[in-house]
Amino acid sequence: MSDLIERFLAGERRALSRILTRVENGTPEGREYLRQLYPRSGRAHTIGVTGGAGSGKSSLTGALAAELRRRGHEVGVIAVDPSSPFTQGAILGDRIRMQDLVLDPGVFVRSMASRGALGGLAPTIDDVVAVMDAFGFPYVFIETVGAGQDEVEIAGTALTTVLVNNPGTGDDIQALKAGIIEIADILVVNKADRPGADVLVSQLRALLSLAPSEGRDIPILSTVATAGDGVPALIDAIDEHRAWLDSSGELDKHRRQEARHQVLSVAQRILLERIRNATSEDALGELVAQVAGRALDPHTAAEQLVEQGELV
Amino acid sequence: MSASPETTTDQKIRVLIAKPGLDGHDRGAKIVARALRDGGCEVIYTGIRQTPQMIAEAALQEDVDVVGLSILSGAHLELFPRIVEELKSRGLDDVTLFCGGIIPEEDTDALEAMGFSAIFRPGTNTRDIVSFVYDNASSE
Repeated sequence: MSDLIERFLAGERRALSRILTRVENGTPEGREYLRQLYPRSGRAHTIGVTGGAGSGKSSLTGALAAELRRRGHEVGVIAVDPSSPFTQGAILGDRIRMQDLVLDPGVFVRSMASRGALGGLAPTIDDVVAVMDAFGFPYVFIETVGAGQDEVEIAGTALTTVLVNNPGTGDDIQALKAGIIEIADILVVNKADRPGADVLVSQLRALLSLAPSEGRDIPILSTVATAGDGVPALIDAIDEHRAWLDSSGELDKHRRQEARHQVLSVAQRILLERIRNATSEDALGELVAQVAGRALDPHTAAEQLVEQGELV
Repeated sequence: MSASPETTTDQKIRVLIAKPGLDGHDRGAKIVARALRDGGCEVIYTGIRQTPQMIAEAALQEDVDVVGLSILSGAHLELFPRIVEELKSRGLDDVTLFCGGIIPEEDTDALEAMGFSAIFRPGTNTRDIVSFVYDNASSE
């Protein structure tokens, strides 16, 4: 086991890959790797790329990684695609849009399935990001599942959140709604060669002018990811956001908030595991049957479950 | 069957489905990928026209347990040994290999000697492929 850590620290990609699997699966071995590597994380600029299904997140992430490579930086990419809620299987197809990067030794792309997590990410995403970070990539991209209106978790996981929009996908009322648009540090209008791009840019600008300013204007950039148009300017905006985080003190605030969130959410997961381990399938089935038959409400049943697990 | 909202971090079998070479028709590969998804695997699909290096590198980065190759062009005896070599040179000598597509019976021995544990030809029931993967995945 320490052998794998040594190989990881020596920069061996196979060791990174194997450790990622164990950390993703949350095995005891994986937790031990994370414990050892976590102090080495916290150096990478983590960038979330989110937006609707088909908005061009993968193509844009690929184009951004390619631009960073031209500038001499190594890049890690974590791309999340949805798991089936029925079979827990998944098709992970984001790599298809990043073909040009496959043989570049300065790029490492890892696909993850969402495994039932809400919010467009995966249950152990923060751990996986920490491992990529500890490996030494100065930039780590996290591409979410196709996100709609409410998948805001990425803003905690990543230091910089890029929200990808497309022309022709809704009127200005959509943009007025609460939720995902509020978490964007940078707004992108991708597929900007399509009709309606200018209108969308001005709608977004009008919307932002109403938002309370937090000492920083949110840039709106137009891109055509497949042609690389607007990509260098987007990298500049991403770097500028990082510089602003550093100079404004927001970076420390973000890190503390995220650490708090992670500690509490892992505690929640541990407690649930303990309850599940302390409860027989029969006992759980009995409670479930009572709730399904409306003899018991879900809250009372859950309290009983916790009590049976002797956790109170 | 009903949807389960529970999250799971259980170990999943990870499979790379890849199409080496120049044939541009990937219906079969997609059907196999879909069948494995429905069988509960996490399937990485990389699209058409992959070189041996691209396939091996994707297998390394994704830490897959199984690699399935689909080929229709007839170049399997040219391309597959190079893929096996690229996998080995990256230390991936424990992945389970299978292949499918238009592959003559007379090539079976050569492919088995290369390390392919199964060959699925047209007409295969996708359930057999899923069973094969579950029985042979070299998941630790």
